[in-house]
Amino acid sequence: MSFSDKFELVCGVETHVEMATKTKIFCGCSTEFGGEQNTHVCPVCLGLPGVLPVLNKEVVNLAIKAGLALNCIIAEYSKFDRKNYYYPDLPKNYQTSQYDLPICKNGWLEINTPCGKKKIGITRVHMEEDAGKLVHSGETITTSKSSGVDYNRAGVPLLEIVSEPDLRSVDEVLAYLEELVQIMDYAGISDCRMEQGSVRFDVNVSLRPRGSSEFGTRTEIKNLNSFNSVRRCLEYESERQAELLLKGEKVEQETRTWDEGQGITLSLRSKEEAHDYRYFPEPDLVPIIIEREWVERIRASLSELPAAKRERLKSLGLSEYDAAVLTSSKAMADYFDEAFTFGVDAKTLANWIMGDLSALLKIDGCSFENSPVSPRQLAGLLNLIKDGTISGKIAKAVLEEIYKTGKDPEVIVKEKGLAQISDAGALEKIVEGVLAANTKSVEDYLAGKETALGYLVGQVMKATQGRANPGLVNKLLKEKLSR
Amino acid sequence: MKLLNMSLAALHRLLKEKKISSTELTKEFLRHIQKAEPNLRSFLTITEEIALRKAEETDKKIAGQQPIGILEGIPMALKDNICTEGIPTTCASRILENFVPPYDATVTEKLKEAGTVLVGKLNMDEFAMGSTTENSGFYPTANPWDFARVPGGSSGGSAAAVAAREVPFALGSDTGGSIRQPAAFCGVVGLKPTYGAVSRYGLVAFASSLDQIGPLTKTVEDSALVLNIIAGHDPKDSTSVPFIKPDYTQYLENNVKDMKIGVPREFFAQGLKPEVQTVIEEAVRVYEQLGAQVEECSLPHMEYALPAYYLIASAECSSNLARYDGVRYGYRAKAEDMIDMFTTSRTEGFGQEVKRRIMLGTYALSSGYYDAYYAKAQKIRTLIKEDFEQAFTKFDVLLSPTTPTIAYRLGEKTDPLALYLGDVYTIPINLAGLPSISLPAGFADGMPVGLQLIGKHFAEGILLRAAYTFEQNTEHHKKIPAWLEEASKNVF
Amino acid sequence: MKITEKDVEQLATVSRLELTAEDVSAYTKYLNTALDYMDKLKKLDTSKVEPAQQVLPVKNVFREDTVEASLEKELALANAPEVEEGSFKVPRIVL
Repeated sequence: MSFSDKFELVCGVETHVEMATKTKIFCGCSTEFGGEQNTHVCPVCLGLPGVLPVLNKEVVNLAIKAGLALNCIIAEYSKFDRKNYYYPDLPKNYQTSQYDLPICKNGWLEINTPCGKKKIGITRVHMEEDAGKLVHSGETITTSKSSGVDYNRAGVPLLEIVSEPDLRSVDEVLAYLEELVQIMDYAGISDCRMEQGSVRFDVNVSLRPRGSSEFGTRTEIKNLNSFNSVRRCLEYESERQAELLLKGEKVEQETRTWDEGQGITLSLRSKEEAHDYRYFPEPDLVPIIIEREWVERIRASLSELPAAKRERLKSLGLSEYDAAVLTSSKAMADYFDEAFTFGVDAKTLANWIMGDLSALLKIDGCSFENSPVSPRQLAGLLNLIKDGTISGKIAKAVLEEIYKTGKDPEVIVKEKGLAQISDAGALEKIVEGVLAANTKSVEDYLAGKETALGYLVGQVMKATQGRANPGLVNKLLKEKLSR
Repeated sequence: MKLLNMSLAALHRLLKEKKISSTELTKEFLRHIQKAEPNLRSFLTITEEIALRKAEETDKKIAGQQPIGILEGIPMALKDNICTEGIPTTCASRILENFVPPYDATVTEKLKEAGTVLVGKLNMDEFAMGSTTENSGFYPTANPWDFARVPGGSSGGSAAAVAAREVPFALGSDTGGSIRQPAAFCGVVGLKPTYGAVSRYGLVAFASSLDQIGPLTKTVEDSALVLNIIAGHDPKDSTSVPFIKPDYTQYLENNVKDMKIGVPREFFAQGLKPEVQTVIEEAVRVYEQLGAQVEECSLPHMEYALPAYYLIASAECSSNLARYDGVRYGYRAKAEDMIDMFTTSRTEGFGQEVKRRIMLGTYALSSGYYDAYYAKAQKIRTLIKEDFEQAFTKFDVLLSPTTPTIAYRLGEKTDPLALYLGDVYTIPINLAGLPSISLPAGFADGMPVGLQLIGKHFAEGILLRAAYTFEQNTEHHKKIPAWLEEASKNVF
Repeated sequence: MKITEKDVEQLATVSRLELTAEDVSAYTKYLNTALDYMDKLKKLDTSKVEPAQQVLPVKNVFREDTVEASLEKELALANAPEVEEGSFKVPRIVL
């Protein structure tokens, strides 16, 4: 970044996470993604005259769980408030949210920076309802003559997670977001499918002269829905602000929008005054008293979080990098853990999961959750390599067979006769045969050409349909050639 | 026997004993409605076909020797802010003129299950904001005792319909007196239950923390019978209270010998018309003669109730009415852009009083003013609740006039703020969420005067006993307007 | 005069209402009179009083996370003033 010696970036992020409940926050409509427009709606989430909200208990459970996963203080008394503003995607023209008594606050999570671990503060976590979706008839909202509203998403429960403005670089922001989303994935708070809009980010960004402790003027960019967008947006916006400041101009405090197509942020200066949401306590809902037993029950149900999992994998001898990749999704990490119980070597397992298996799953878009190769089967395959039944090269082919047929590796090896030939006696004969048939290569090797050995090994492999134990072949050839 | 004038229990007996069918009974009331409506205009919608089909259901049951519930086959009507599936529910507002709910309010469902026969939806002040039903977006309703006077509001249509014997009972809603005040003006019994005793699901919200649905009836017994059906916890209403619902008719005892009745002096201050005061003082004497101990008491913070109420009610309504924007239902004005559409639809669809209160409420919630107005009002509310709690440590029931005056003339009250002052005795009860009943206590200048009784939370029983005793020992509730005497004479 | 006519116009905009000049004048008068009356409340010292968050002490009302039938699409759209391809149509949204 061109300005980074003069200016420091200061950033805070508000993350909206769609919670993984079956039903909406205040009614029994399904939260399933992708339904036909306006088919997951009822009088309550449409905001018809006379309706009333009833709080989904699972929303509170998951909110508490998220708070615990983020090291927050869970409130003993919490309530909802109305946030009043007009917009067609808001059925009641107010959003039922939480204002002054959020369910969780004062938490943190840790990220890795080039200078070591850094704690990023979480100011608060609160529950609220999502709005409907606008479908614009034209290219963008401003060029459309009309729009259509689909209320399927209205009332889907959201968790809003607000970070302290502790982030000091674009990389830190991305590290924070990746860790946050991972935690939400691991704790089962959300399916975290960003392509479905399950996680959205609002970033607040400002610049200040290096060394200054005062905050500069910040802008807010709302509704970013991928890590990539966040990165590009922050890079653009910080450049834009730097340019203004370097010219001696002021940065306007405003809300901007990220234009994905043009790769720029645009001002959203609306006709109105700055939003006065006229918050007041939601009179149609009653307060929530959260007893400590409830919190403890949820704490007990919290499974291992990414940071702890990474440490455990490292203690098995895996590198920082390997641990990070394996824990990038809960499903992958769980897969590793299960396969590991069958007594395979951690490093070997990690390599196979990150490499060959990942590549295979990608082809048909399978996930580690519904992998056609089960952890038991992968472990079985690796054990076949370990005990010398097959070579690593053959194993790759066997893996593909398991993927295609679902049969166990042992069965495939037997059926296809892929067992490695490790009988020295049998191999010797073949080696002798190859040496006899390739006198030129023998001469080349004896003359000092190392590559000739590789050729001879290849010939033995060819003669054995690849089943010869390569290590043994090498040994035998060398022995015979040295005579 | 005058059919139109019969009690619910008496009507039930007739049906059970097959002396009349539900269809005949319903037709009788519908005929009377047709005759009375040109003068009264208490109805916004009359559902003749639906009513007759429902009546037939009861008749089939009776023919099949099946037992019927106490309200089964009996006609009734609902205030037009109570949602009825498939039947227009307008809240007397142009902005909902064509709104047909796809669902029933919980009370509507309960009355359906009990077999009652809905004959129509009743007129009201628009969105329940008003005290005369003159704020209806369509037309005003007349007081059956004097067609040149108002029936009160906002449940004016409900009170008038019962007073004119168009229906044996009706439901209204009460936020600051909207059941009790029209009951008083029209000489009928109006009960506002404890907040949370009757589900609000399906009641189009005005002020969420104050609204309650309640019955308007000719007698106290009828009130208890209707309350038996509509009261009860509802999982669809988070503010409804899980309580054990009694059989309210068990409290209908003619006895107040042990009762301690408090009369708050603040309710007898300036503003109370002498002719009304006379009637109430006579009522007090009746209670004393019947053995109750009546004593003056004080609710020291009552003078702050009115401003606190208007701040809270306006604030909540400004938010509750934000949804009327022409997007999903209701009136939509032609407009080029969305903001224009919202603005024009609301401007053209809402009446003046509604707009005034939305503005007042928006102001009370605005940043910078929230503490001085809304938050302050909520604190005053605590003080008022405490005043009542204090009074109820000494008294079983409190007694007061329901209103400071008799019914106004149509068109008389043009200053909205002056009109608010008429709610001064009913409003504090809503702030505290207490149950309260208004019953006919006498007449002044030929117009009915209502007596208000107030109880502790969930003390509807004591209220009913106190009210029933008064009723059994007086004749006021038996009087009906002269024109009605003629009409009901010829019926059955 | 607590509220000016300009304030009232602003208030109307925020409430999505449009007032005629006559209305602005009348509403300004109404609001000022009402607020003057509300000022009565200032007389009372409520510094040690809790706001009445609720009318009755009901807490922790929940529903289970089980799917219930949604409205039929036709019913959901039945009252809509304008429908387009199964969605509620609204005119141009100017930001």
